[in-house]
Amino acid sequence: METDVKLTKLAGCAGCGAKVGAGTLVHMLEGFRTHTDPRLIVGYDKSDDASVFVLDENTALIQTTDFFPPIVDDPFLYGQIAAANALSDVYAMGGEPKLALNILCLSESMEQHTVQEILRGGYDKAYEAGAIITGGHTIHGAEPIYGLAVSGFVHPDKVLKNCGACPGDVLILTKPLGIGVLTTAAKADLVEQPVLDRIYAQMARLNKAARDVMVKYQVHSCTDVTGFSLMGHGFEMAQGSGCSLHFTTAQIPFHQEALPLAEMGFIPAGAYRNREYAEAGVTVTCPDLSLAMEDLLYDPQTSGGLLFALPKDEAEKCLKELKKTVPEAEIVGYVTEWKENYIILE
Amino acid sequence: MKTIDARGLSCPEPVIMLRKAMASGENAYQLIVDNHASKENTTRYGQSQGYQVSVEMQGTEYTLTFKK
Repeated sequence: METDVKLTKLAGCAGCGAKVGAGTLVHMLEGFRTHTDPRLIVGYDKSDDASVFVLDENTALIQTTDFFPPIVDDPFLYGQIAAANALSDVYAMGGEPKLALNILCLSESMEQHTVQEILRGGYDKAYEAGAIITGGHTIHGAEPIYGLAVSGFVHPDKVLKNCGACPGDVLILTKPLGIGVLTTAAKADLVEQPVLDRIYAQMARLNKAARDVMVKYQVHSCTDVTGFSLMGHGFEMAQGSGCSLHFTTAQIPFHQEALPLAEMGFIPAGAYRNREYAEAGVTVTCPDLSLAMEDLLYDPQTSGGLLFALPKDEAEKCLKELKKTVPEAEIVGYVTEWKENYIILE
Repeated sequence: MKTIDARGLSCPEPVIMLRKAMASGENAYQLIVDNHASKENTTRYGQSQGYQVSVEMQGTEYTLTFKK
């Protein structure tokens, strides 16, 4: 359903493209007094997707929040995408979301039915995830914002950090890239409706199915590829793991329609922030890698897929099982001991 | 030479403005933007349309010249 005022027109930047650069965030958090607690096994010092606090020998609490301005004009779809994106951080830690709180900012021109539809989209995804929205907080502001604060649970021994990748692992990515470029080009009406429908469905898709398969295998490390792009999140995984991540660029899944649009400069500003943050950690060894393809690797993804590392001998079997519910999943690279740089594009 | 002032605008507006202007098919254009992403994006657009692009930076503003 289209609203009277186009939601995306109320937003300065769209979806995860609005995310503040990783480099900026690191500096903002420097020098604060914080308590330490041995039960906090993943905190903000780790640049991970969520925090993890051990409650007892069988249970750890995962907490995360994510919200952004409208990335689509359909309010129900916007609610679904924002919720799927927020819930994803729990899946990326290997956990299951259980409780959530709405975070909502309304701009004056929004009508009541628009707001209801956004919330309905959020509740729809929370229900699909098996989580309960127990409340929230709503304010007025210049541009609309929606998202969730999510709590989930995981066994303390099964937490999937973004820093556990090991030499010999293979990397699997579960959703194709190009969302930032396509949603930017959509603002110029340059994306055909079937392509838009495809990426909208992808963004609204929970990472639950991918997580449910992934946790059956000996996965060493996982993150979700969102605002910081494949390169940004990959860089964090490599840095945290002290390894090199080698990406076989020809195998990285992306929406084909995004490539010519990237060539034409329909690239969200967030992609340049990601490049600035991660580029020094990336070495390109394939001479035929086009600038447009490189731009897609730095493209911020809204509600992107999981990127995870697992032993080579398990990867084929895992991929085969994944393909049944997550057909876009692909093996995109492998992990070695650190050599030359954190990310190697081959 | 046609000059497009895209200061104060963020992606993808400057590219859309440049695209509209270039529809007239002239051999040279000038564009002013005030952020890095817009400078990069309009450079890519110009190059994709077969223009040679040169960039001059003054303070926080970029003046781009597109020539065929």
